[in-house]
Amino acid sequence: MATKHLFASGHTACAGCGQAIAARLVVDAAGPNVIIANSTGCLEVFSNIYPRTAWEVPWIHSLFENPASVASGVEAGLRYLGKLDKIRVIAQGGDGSSADIGFQAISGMFERGHDILYVCYDNGAYMNTGIQRSSQTPFDANTTTTPPGSKSFGKTTPHKDLVRIFAAHDIPYSATASVAYPTDVQRKVKKALDIRGPKFLQIYVPCPLGWHHDPGLTYNIAQLVVETGLFPIVEYENGELASVRTIKEPKPVEEYLKLQGRFRHLFGTPEGEAEVKKIQAIADANIRRLGLVKEQPKKEAAAAEPAAEETAEKETPAEKETPAEKPAEEEKVSELKKFTLEELAKFDGKEGRPAYVAYKGKVYDVSESAIWDEGDHLGMHEAGKDLTAELEDAPHEEDNIFEMPLVGELEG
Amino acid sequence: MKEFIEGSAAIARIIKMCKPGVISAYPITPQTHIGENLAQFIADGEMNCEFVNSESEHSSASIILGVSAVGVRTYNSTSSQGLLLMAEVLYSIAGMRLPLVITCANRAVSSPINIWNDQQDSVTLRDSGWIQLYAETNQEACDLHIQAYRLAEDHNVYLPVMVCIDGYILTHAVEVIDLPEQEQVDSLLPPLQPLHVLDPEAPVSMGVLYDPSVYTETRYAINESMREALDMIPKISSEFKEMFGRESGGLLQEYKTEDADKVIVAMGSVVSTVKDVVDEMRDEGEKVGAVKVITHRPLPAEALYNALKHIPEVAVLDKSISLGAAGPLCMDIRHVFQGKEAVPKISGFIAGLGGRSITKDSIRGIFDRLSGEQVDNHFVDLQVEQMVNAE
Amino acid sequence: MLVPITAKPGTSRRNLTGSWRIAYKPHFLQQDCIACKRCLLICPEGCIDGDKKNTYHCDYDYCKGCGNCAAICPKDDIEMVPEETEL
Repeated sequence: MATKHLFASGHTACAGCGQAIAARLVVDAAGPNVIIANSTGCLEVFSNIYPRTAWEVPWIHSLFENPASVASGVEAGLRYLGKLDKIRVIAQGGDGSSADIGFQAISGMFERGHDILYVCYDNGAYMNTGIQRSSQTPFDANTTTTPPGSKSFGKTTPHKDLVRIFAAHDIPYSATASVAYPTDVQRKVKKALDIRGPKFLQIYVPCPLGWHHDPGLTYNIAQLVVETGLFPIVEYENGELASVRTIKEPKPVEEYLKLQGRFRHLFGTPEGEAEVKKIQAIADANIRRLGLVKEQPKKEAAAAEPAAEETAEKETPAEKETPAEKPAEEEKVSELKKFTLEELAKFDGKEGRPAYVAYKGKVYDVSESAIWDEGDHLGMHEAGKDLTAELEDAPHEEDNIFEMPLVGELEG
Repeated sequence: MKEFIEGSAAIARIIKMCKPGVISAYPITPQTHIGENLAQFIADGEMNCEFVNSESEHSSASIILGVSAVGVRTYNSTSSQGLLLMAEVLYSIAGMRLPLVITCANRAVSSPINIWNDQQDSVTLRDSGWIQLYAETNQEACDLHIQAYRLAEDHNVYLPVMVCIDGYILTHAVEVIDLPEQEQVDSLLPPLQPLHVLDPEAPVSMGVLYDPSVYTETRYAINESMREALDMIPKISSEFKEMFGRESGGLLQEYKTEDADKVIVAMGSVVSTVKDVVDEMRDEGEKVGAVKVITHRPLPAEALYNALKHIPEVAVLDKSISLGAAGPLCMDIRHVFQGKEAVPKISGFIAGLGGRSITKDSIRGIFDRLSGEQVDNHFVDLQVEQMVNAE
Repeated sequence: MLVPITAKPGTSRRNLTGSWRIAYKPHFLQQDCIACKRCLLICPEGCIDGDKKNTYHCDYDYCKGCGNCAAICPKDDIEMVPEETEL
């Protein structure tokens, strides 16, 4: 293999394990000059068994609740040795470790201001010990310690808002991500590691075994949880909400729930339906609180739009951008809108804005492309720019860009 | 140089001279003065060291684990509940073979809560793979910390060391202590040369899962290193004597035992009281003696056997008890003599729990009691009625 | 006495997890691939590699057959086929 991963193949994670995906994305983004302190849990157990380990970087595991404290010691030791400039420190664990038994240690680490990135792999339960509930288990989920039965629908409480709790420590960066958007995960790891000080990243990782879903659905479920609003993708900086990933068309929570056996008990009875409505209310509340569904920019719209935040079901905002979206037929060239580079820069794909790129003098709308994610192209390029030079180095041909809707031309 | 100084403050001065790079600690009576003194040294720029103020003892122990894992010398101190809270981390440190030194200022364990001295806390950790040394005096406490680093970091041993000092009795006593010069400490204590370390230049995974086919050998290895420590400890004590000019440390100390009919064996500060009584009784014509156990783990079985085999009556004074059985030191010593030819009559006495004073009269009472039948765990100075009827 | 208490990097590669597959394996059609790399990024085993368009493939010695590569491919250029299929 030409690509060298810092988390090697041959580990014993279940097929389709979300945490295995995330752990590799994190360490690859961090690079070789990193030391990782890991909690006990699935990742620790499936990544090594003497004499074998999948880790290609220095890695230490001690106990269940102490990766944050061990990392604090590693970081202080590196500072003493004068090596903290070159070597970054990551502490990581599952949701059981991070939100429950190891919560105190993370809080202490953040309060002391250590230069450490803490990564929480959130699959919503104590998986390694056999799928028991943690404080991150979602409302109504089936776990072995919150099983549904004649007197129960599963877990009776929603989960803690970890990213906000840790943001309340006023650390420089506290964010969430999902393995459905792998380049976003890596972008956030790199962004965090560029910051000196305490950082938190919570990555949503489906668990085929614990959630009772087909291993091939990991990607879809990790995407649906975001598209329903149940797991908001946010960034807090210094305690303030700095960005949210907007949802163009929120999906009903049923689409997410019905793919997983751990919610099967909610389907087929009127009582179960009532529970699903409660889960929908949680999603709706997230959407409202964080403004996850944004109005489209008014300057491009011909018609006034209804307030998009208030109603759940609506037309897709993308279709409303029609004035800017023109077919790429040649006879329309003379009517193409002109963009200066400054104007182009505004179409960066963030916060619900369209994503435009310029190539050889023409401006294309890449918002709907599967591989442009909120204005980010595979962690390598950004929308709102002239990418003519960059396309020379692309592994694909220019016909990829010609498939995108033509929306204008570049001035000058 | 001799100074009139509090025990805790003296230990802090010693740790300063041992030059750790990062230390961590959490407050608990009666050891907090050690950390406070170190914090002041650091605040005044007298140590090239960072003090990481943890949010619990479990974390402070985990922090020093992380420091040691990157190859930096470190330190922590605690007592009682703090030691118990960090217990699983201490097992982890020993199992990971990290050379560390911590101080345990011995204090009774809850419940009921009691902040005064006994040795229940440290004996609870005697199975953990930590080397455990007990100081009789503050001078010995200071000396043992220097020897502890030397011992822990020796490549033939490479195990963490706990120096136990009786809380309040030693920590808060202000007396004359001969504090060494930096050069003397440097000569006994070269820089740490770690055997395994977290380093991107040569990455390894530490704390890996060991299944049934490989775990036993790691425990065997620690046990073997404990045996090697039994050889190293007297060697280091000799090195110390050469450099510092006084006897200090070692496995045990025998006091007027050559022709003794009765001997009391004990650990820690109570040995000073026992020696005083031995002196008085010797003046009265009684052939009595004392054995101080300095190293409790590894158990100096051979040294104990040789010290006691010709003594007809031995009293083991434990400042702790394995509830439902007997005093830990007593059980250890009976184990030493199991199946041997010479078997003194060994009696076990439990004294000083929760800080109850062990007076000279109490000690005389133990010597007297030895003439009677063998006892297993006789509670010295028990006062049930008074306690029950307390107002 | 010291026995090894650490493990050497990347030694997990000795464990050929491809033996776990029983039902399906991915077939990389290499026809409409746009080299977006998403299959490489999503594979939990890290056993997919590739460079230019239509060069993406997996190491069947490690592939556990989960199928997430097929799910994420924007061009449907990866198909899950029965394990016995000759490729």
